[in-house]
Amino acid sequence: MLQGHQTWVFDSKPTIIASAAVGGPHEAQGPLADDFDLLHEDFWLGQDSFEKAEKKLQEQACETAVKKANMKKEDVQFLMAGDLMNQTVPSSFAARTLGVPFLGLYGACSTSMEGLALASLLVDSKFAKNVLVCSSSHNAASEKQYRYPTEYGSQKPPTAQWTVTGAGAALVADHGDGPKVTTATIGRVIDMGLTDPFNMGAAMAPAAVDTIESHFRDLNRDPSYYDVIATGDLGRVGHRIAGDLLKKHGLDIPEEIFTDCGILIYRKDQPMVFAGGSGCACAATTTFGHFLNRMRKGEIKKILVIATGALLSPMSYQQKESIPSVAHAVSIEL
Amino acid sequence: MSDKKKKKLTPIQQEYQEFAQAREPKRPIILNCIKAFFVGGLICVIGEGIQMFFVTYFHFSQENAGNPTVAVLIILTVLLTGFGVFDHIAQWAGAGTIIPVTGFANTMASAAIDHQSEGYVLGVGGNMFKLSGPVIVFGVFSAFVVSIVVIFFRALGVM
Amino acid sequence: MEKFLWAFLVGGAICVIGQLLLDGLKLTPAHTTSALVVTGAILGGLGLYDPLIKFAGAGASVPISSFGNALVKGALKEFDSTGPIGVLTGIFQITSAGISAAIIFAFMGALIFRPKG
Repeated sequence: MLQGHQTWVFDSKPTIIASAAVGGPHEAQGPLADDFDLLHEDFWLGQDSFEKAEKKLQEQACETAVKKANMKKEDVQFLMAGDLMNQTVPSSFAARTLGVPFLGLYGACSTSMEGLALASLLVDSKFAKNVLVCSSSHNAASEKQYRYPTEYGSQKPPTAQWTVTGAGAALVADHGDGPKVTTATIGRVIDMGLTDPFNMGAAMAPAAVDTIESHFRDLNRDPSYYDVIATGDLGRVGHRIAGDLLKKHGLDIPEEIFTDCGILIYRKDQPMVFAGGSGCACAATTTFGHFLNRMRKGEIKKILVIATGALLSPMSYQQKESIPSVAHAVSIEL
Repeated sequence: MSDKKKKKLTPIQQEYQEFAQAREPKRPIILNCIKAFFVGGLICVIGEGIQMFFVTYFHFSQENAGNPTVAVLIILTVLLTGFGVFDHIAQWAGAGTIIPVTGFANTMASAAIDHQSEGYVLGVGGNMFKLSGPVIVFGVFSAFVVSIVVIFFRALGVM
Repeated sequence: MEKFLWAFLVGGAICVIGQLLLDGLKLTPAHTTSALVVTGAILGGLGLYDPLIKFAGAGASVPISSFGNALVKGALKEFDSTGPIGVLTGIFQITSAGISAAIIFAFMGALIFRPKG
């Protein structure tokens, strides 16, 4: 059911009956390592290219989630997946392996929540009994496509972020036990004219703020309703900007509950992470792994995840375009 | 240059950019310059040493010794790039590794190594100049223009 | 010994100019190195770069700016011996060793190494 301008309320409360998170070497060294189902020692996963390795990450996350639900691939009705690569190749090729009716998505790093929102919409409106959502990113593959070859010696500034190598999957169904998806707010594309691809946080913060404000306005809700409000990958720089901007607009989110997946996924002293994690897998693995685990243990009961995506491409940057961003918010409650 | 960009922004965008800039960690320019100075200077000292080696032991002239010197620096850079070490040094040194010929060699080696997964012809061959292309194109074109200008002024008897 | 000192100081200084372009003007490495190559070509044309190499040795010949100077020198040298077409035939003469070595060894690197990420 639509509420307000851009928020969906899922009356039947679709359930996340299983979820899985797969990660790479940097995630294994981070504070959330225990919340990953599978961690890899290198970027290759036994494949001969980074892009093929990312496809493998998606396959593993999806297969693990399906297994945890005591289901078989054949029982999954729809798969919605996306990633950062050109033509979302890892998702399409993983879908080929999984053989599930497939809807490819692109929302940059907001794909995980875009997927979760759409999956819940399908289940809530009775157009699906279950939907598998997956989103991935691969550090070396995205550096190669968006920035520089992995062994290139450029000097990253302190606002840069480290793309998470991993994949997160969640199986949403109309039955079963587990945390439930209650609402979703679809975000608008916001562009504040920023152009620095090494400062995604500042570019995406306004989109996160716009979606957060829309969410609370549409539902007439107060931030204190939630135990955790987490942005996707604003990182230390973008998260601070978002917090200050929200305060400036009169929406005060208590600091104890306001966090960011990019800040949580790595330790501050890990080499090369600078302002924190980014990439589709950042929000995906942190939400479908860490946050859902905490919910299943009963530690937290209501969370709002606002995944943020920067919608640039190497070509748009070269054509002197600025960086538009989008953010999608999904609330998950026990 | 940044003011020209700002003029195309709406007042809200400009206000946000100032808001964001005030909350961003600034690049440590002075520290980066000091690090670049030391590493860049060190690489040039190593180059000077290699050059002297070729002049003394292989009897190159001062002018011609530059060629094997550059070749040695390039080989060293390719090795460091291949072993995954160069990018870590470069993160610290910034311009100190980018500006000497080591930067040029690293652009070619890193692009070639990364695109090996697309095959040797289209991948390695097709992408090797991805990052060094601008240097070669602008170097040659500016050298062409400068040469024409110099020849012109020489003909006028000025140079 | 003095040669080494000047190589260090001049080489370091040129790198500092590069760092200021990278951090101060926020140019990309490609823009920065291109700017230095063009500067080297212009200084070479004005006859100012060779004295710098004589004075600072590798401090001036190792940075990418010397590439621009070498291109101009090659073009003018060949012009002097064979006429106008010399500008085209001579431009890569002096830099041939560097470019060839870079291509050859980068290719060999791609044969041997895999990216470490």
